[in-house]
Amino acid sequence: MFSTKNFNRSKPYIFLLLLFPSLLWIIQFITGNLGVNPIERIMDEFGLMALRLIILTLAITTLANIKKLKSIVLFRRMIGLFAFYYVTLHFSTYIFLDHFLDINFIIKDIVKRPFITFGFISFLCLIPLALTSTNQMIKRLGFKVWKKIHYLIYPAVILSSFHFYMLVRADKTEPMIYMGIIVLLLLQRIAKKLNLLQLNQ
Amino acid sequence: MKILGSEITPYSTYLNRRKFIKGTFATALATTISSNVFANHQASPDIYNKFLGENDTINSYEEITTYNNFYEFGTHKKHPSLNSGNFNPNPWSIKLEGLINNPQTIDLEKLLSKVTVEDRVYRLRCVEAWSMVIPWQGFQLSELIKIADPISSAKYIQFVTVLRPEEMPGQQKRTIIWPYREGLRMDEAMNSLTILATGLYGHKMPNQNGAPIRLVVPWKYGFKSIKSIVAIRFLNEQPETSWETLAPWEYGFYANVNPSVDHPRWSQSTERRIGEFKRRETLMFNGYEEEVAHLYKDLDMTKFY
Repeated sequence: MFSTKNFNRSKPYIFLLLLFPSLLWIIQFITGNLGVNPIERIMDEFGLMALRLIILTLAITTLANIKKLKSIVLFRRMIGLFAFYYVTLHFSTYIFLDHFLDINFIIKDIVKRPFITFGFISFLCLIPLALTSTNQMIKRLGFKVWKKIHYLIYPAVILSSFHFYMLVRADKTEPMIYMGIIVLLLLQRIAKKLNLLQLNQ
Repeated sequence: MKILGSEITPYSTYLNRRKFIKGTFATALATTISSNVFANHQASPDIYNKFLGENDTINSYEEITTYNNFYEFGTHKKHPSLNSGNFNPNPWSIKLEGLINNPQTIDLEKLLSKVTVEDRVYRLRCVEAWSMVIPWQGFQLSELIKIADPISSAKYIQFVTVLRPEEMPGQQKRTIIWPYREGLRMDEAMNSLTILATGLYGHKMPNQNGAPIRLVVPWKYGFKSIKSIVAIRFLNEQPETSWETLAPWEYGFYANVNPSVDHPRWSQSTERRIGEFKRRETLMFNGYEEEVAHLYKDLDMTKFY
């Protein structure tokens, strides 16, 4: 069931599954079915989806430590690229629909408002990850360099969770859940590192 | 309720009106098919439109009743309309207490027989930078203050929302310290713009909008306009208010709409009018400068936000 072959076979379905919400929201937006403040709503949906997918890529790396689930990493690049796709939609909504390309306002907003600063830096961190997500790039850069670049996922995930936490006005439960998951995933990595160090001694 | 019964057009007409304006094709078609129907829709809004500012259009009943901040029913905008079905605002009474000559618990029906309910179409600007135009029915708070008859040491008024966690699911979670409390300075409360609203669009106040009676202070951010009021206290010092208690660096006691004083997390210079695509400039005192600016001429509004 968890064979590489099966995983590879299911890739097109996962692709459609991840693409589907964005198409649905865009259609709902165009047909006026996203409530009375559709710009806010579609921006929130894109952003939340992006955050969830970023966390999912980290979770996949963790789960791949389980021998049986090793092949799950085959999905990681696609999910990571979809995370970038949703972040781009989220950011574009902010730039084009929310602020109508009012560049002066947007620059001020990014500089002055910590939660927007965090979101923006997180977006910048994800750009090199998306650009280097091909086998060719890994070859050209060498795995070590490539891996170093991809450490940018850590500032990206931490900043995006703060970005979400800070924009909620009173009930912080949902952002706290995401932060909790992120902390666990990071702890797992630290524990693994420490273990390796001990084995080497 | 005294709402000029003969003049009020059913709210369903207003519902339709927006759709008419938006669907230009549908409007054109309707005009050719039935000029009578169209004439109705054209004529009806005037009773509210005469109160409107030049650049404003009234928001639809749907917009006003499905996009609400009323944390007693949940923190999402759609929660109040979805979760307020079990709330029963009948019968209702309000406790008047504190520094007044006539402390009493007054039944809402009785109170309404003593005041003049009238139409007030106001802009509502939320602290989250969105806004609407709402046709309220209500009476001036000053009328109720006259009934309470405050003594001269009463300088502030505090309002308290009902506490019914069994009917208000949001109150079962401690997002805010319940019950919700708000306050005004006496001169703000006496201003003729300040009303206690008991209806909108000629309808009894919907649960999600603060049934059966709520405050409306149109030159202040929406959170000042406390909903489902059960107690009104007259005090000699500035009362605690809910959002200020929760985050004093973000929400002040005054909360006057002011495009030049930003919320620490976002700009207040523009707003999205619900139903419109592009943002608009936010107006000083939400466009009610003429009526209220004199109240604050000695106040440093960057400090007392």
